[in-house]
Amino acid sequence: MSAEQWMPLVFMALMGFALLLYVVLDGYDLGVGLLMLGASDADKDRMIASIGPFWDANETWLVLGVGVLLIAFPKAQGVVMQALYLPIVLMLMGLMLRGVAFDFRVKVQAEWKPLWNRAFMGGSLLAALAQGWMLGRYVTAFQPGGLFDAFALLIALALTAAYLLLGATWLIMKTEALLQQRAIRLAKRAWPLLLLGLAAISVATPWLSPTVRERWFTMPGFIALLPIPLTSALALLALRGLLNSSRIVGKLCWAPFALMVLVMLLGFFGLAYSLYPYVVMDRITVWQAAAAPKSLQFILVGCAITVPAILAYTAFAYRVFWGKAGELSYA
Amino acid sequence: MDAVLLARLQFALNISFHILFPTITIALAWVLLFFRWRWLATGAASWLSAYRFWTKVFALSFALGVVSGITMSFQFGSNWPGFMERAGNIAGPLLGYEVLTAFFLEASFLGVMLFGHGRVSERVHLIATALVAGGTTLSAFWILSLNSWMQTPQGFEIIQGEFHAKDWLEVIFNPSFPYRLAHKLLASGLTVAFLLAGVSAWQLLKQRVQPHTGAVLRVGLTLAAVLIPLQIFMGDQHGLNTLKHQPQKVAAMEGLWETERGAPLLLFAWPNEQTRRNDYAIEIPRLASLILTHEADGELRGLNEFQGAHPPVAPVFFAFRVMVGMGLAMLAASWLAWWLYRRRGWRPEELPRPLLRLLAWMSFSGWVATLAGWYVTEIGRQPFLVYGWLRTAELASATPAPTIALSLAGYASLYLGLLLAYVMVVKTMAEKTAAAEPVAPVNFNRRVAA
Repeated sequence: MSAEQWMPLVFMALMGFALLLYVVLDGYDLGVGLLMLGASDADKDRMIASIGPFWDANETWLVLGVGVLLIAFPKAQGVVMQALYLPIVLMLMGLMLRGVAFDFRVKVQAEWKPLWNRAFMGGSLLAALAQGWMLGRYVTAFQPGGLFDAFALLIALALTAAYLLLGATWLIMKTEALLQQRAIRLAKRAWPLLLLGLAAISVATPWLSPTVRERWFTMPGFIALLPIPLTSALALLALRGLLNSSRIVGKLCWAPFALMVLVMLLGFFGLAYSLYPYVVMDRITVWQAAAAPKSLQFILVGCAITVPAILAYTAFAYRVFWGKAGELSYA
Repeated sequence: MDAVLLARLQFALNISFHILFPTITIALAWVLLFFRWRWLATGAASWLSAYRFWTKVFALSFALGVVSGITMSFQFGSNWPGFMERAGNIAGPLLGYEVLTAFFLEASFLGVMLFGHGRVSERVHLIATALVAGGTTLSAFWILSLNSWMQTPQGFEIIQGEFHAKDWLEVIFNPSFPYRLAHKLLASGLTVAFLLAGVSAWQLLKQRVQPHTGAVLRVGLTLAAVLIPLQIFMGDQHGLNTLKHQPQKVAAMEGLWETERGAPLLLFAWPNEQTRRNDYAIEIPRLASLILTHEADGELRGLNEFQGAHPPVAPVFFAFRVMVGMGLAMLAASWLAWWLYRRRGWRPEELPRPLLRLLAWMSFSGWVATLAGWYVTEIGRQPFLVYGWLRTAELASATPAPTIALSLAGYASLYLGLLLAYVMVVKTMAEKTAAAEPVAPVNFNRRVAA
């Protein structure tokens, strides 16, 4: 394979990897933001403390994902960005409100704190819904029509449910006592929502997209792909079972979160398989959209050096803050 | 209004809002490292308390910079898709290197810096602070490299209308880059210097003195007094570089219509693009030529030589005057205050109240100068996006005007709200006195032990 052929694939993989990490990492902290609704003031502080050291870096994966789109696929980014103009604006406003509310809420005078708490929750919700909507529009190649909008709405709700469950399982892992109990209750409530969403998407996607239908339901590919939905279903069932077990307040507190990450990972592979090799579904392939080989080469060298370093110090940061979240110490 | 104008306004708004915060975080990160190191070296609790307080300001500024920076990364694509399609081979990798080398570094170690007390050793915490500082500066390096390349492009060839890199070192180290980087880093240093001094002065005025207030005031004033002459020198060098590569920008800055020898410096004027002359001009003969060419009868090229390809004159002309005026005010204020403070034995309580009031008013003077300078640079590049090669109007998004108007209104109100909140929160934090600040034990302190 020549460099012109494989380099765009490497960047496609990198973009996918960055977006997957984004959805998992910012997913849990967006979920925690959603779950703050109805929490006591002390719990809110504790929940923020559980995500405080991480959210900045989590959000950076989104910048890298978009960055790769701009850098490696300049001929597709215009189509994608313009088709998603308004949801992007809404998502950015959500992320902005949330990102600053994080800091503002503990620094303002007491009477303003509830306002910034609401901004935090509202921003999280707006960002989650907008991201799901964009995913829905993207998968169906931005086709106009009520049916496609309804599908996008469905994905928006399903992704929000996934974030809720991720956030709840994160809290089960990072908190103790009453807050942990509350997280378990919320996880139980989010679980059927996610299941419903996933089931609906599994039916709707192949129905709406001939490409996806053909990919998934042709022998022998169908059998080869079966492990993906089957493992996802098993993981979700195991997750639900664990939520009833008393062991997740103790040693197994990490297991529900790990299972959710597995489900997201499988969903990602399913999605990648449905899309490949398109950057814009049915319209622009990775090779058509790719930047000049010389530019790809230049940035690839940088990626080869920096991405492992980034992963290493990300791992370091997670190790530093391993274990249960402490008090919200800086204010 | 047409879509291009709206897209421009929106991008200008975003970039104006965004630039405020990196301008603070770039230099503040190094100041924090200094505080952190002084604390380790001297064991004086006031350095720790200075570190704690200013870390909060840093975190807040960083958060605003991050979220508005994310917005900008999207707007490259959504507002100027043509830019990435045509110049993406060059702009993309430079932006990419910023994310890969700088953004992740800052964001990851900021977590350790903010929440790591007690979880990591003193040494690792100091290293985390240093990495955040290095990251912010590296970030400025890449962004200014791209911005400078858009002003003075080189190291590329054009194949089928697209830019392709020929030599990356030439692209990165383009002719205006060293000047622009130095000018920006100094601007950041000055912004932080006046913020440190201004907030401390305000605390002194309001009797909200914390253990570190006097020391921080001293650091701020010293930094300001040292950096402002450097900045004036660097600004002059940057101006010469601009004259060489972008004469029409300089002509707009000076309000110079006709090419002439011994051009006067306009103290005030109202540049009129209809009549192509200046109304109400107050001028000093030959001074513009002297400053820009370092010769009293040096020749300066006028705007009329560049009809149809020069920037809008009035905004560049006025922004330039605001920037220079603010620089001179900074020079006067910092030297006067530093001199007085030193003469009174660094005792902040003996500083005259009017001086403290002046410093407090100048807390955000760096922002004014930075924004004005930014407008000179960016509006001065018009009508091009890539100077001499790509016109801004060719590259705009096909997004309909009402959609952009809607998002513009949304961004504008959000930014206004956030900016007010930011200033209010800094004020609130400054008002909280030190009583509540716990001072962590000093574990290893070579100098005190020795």
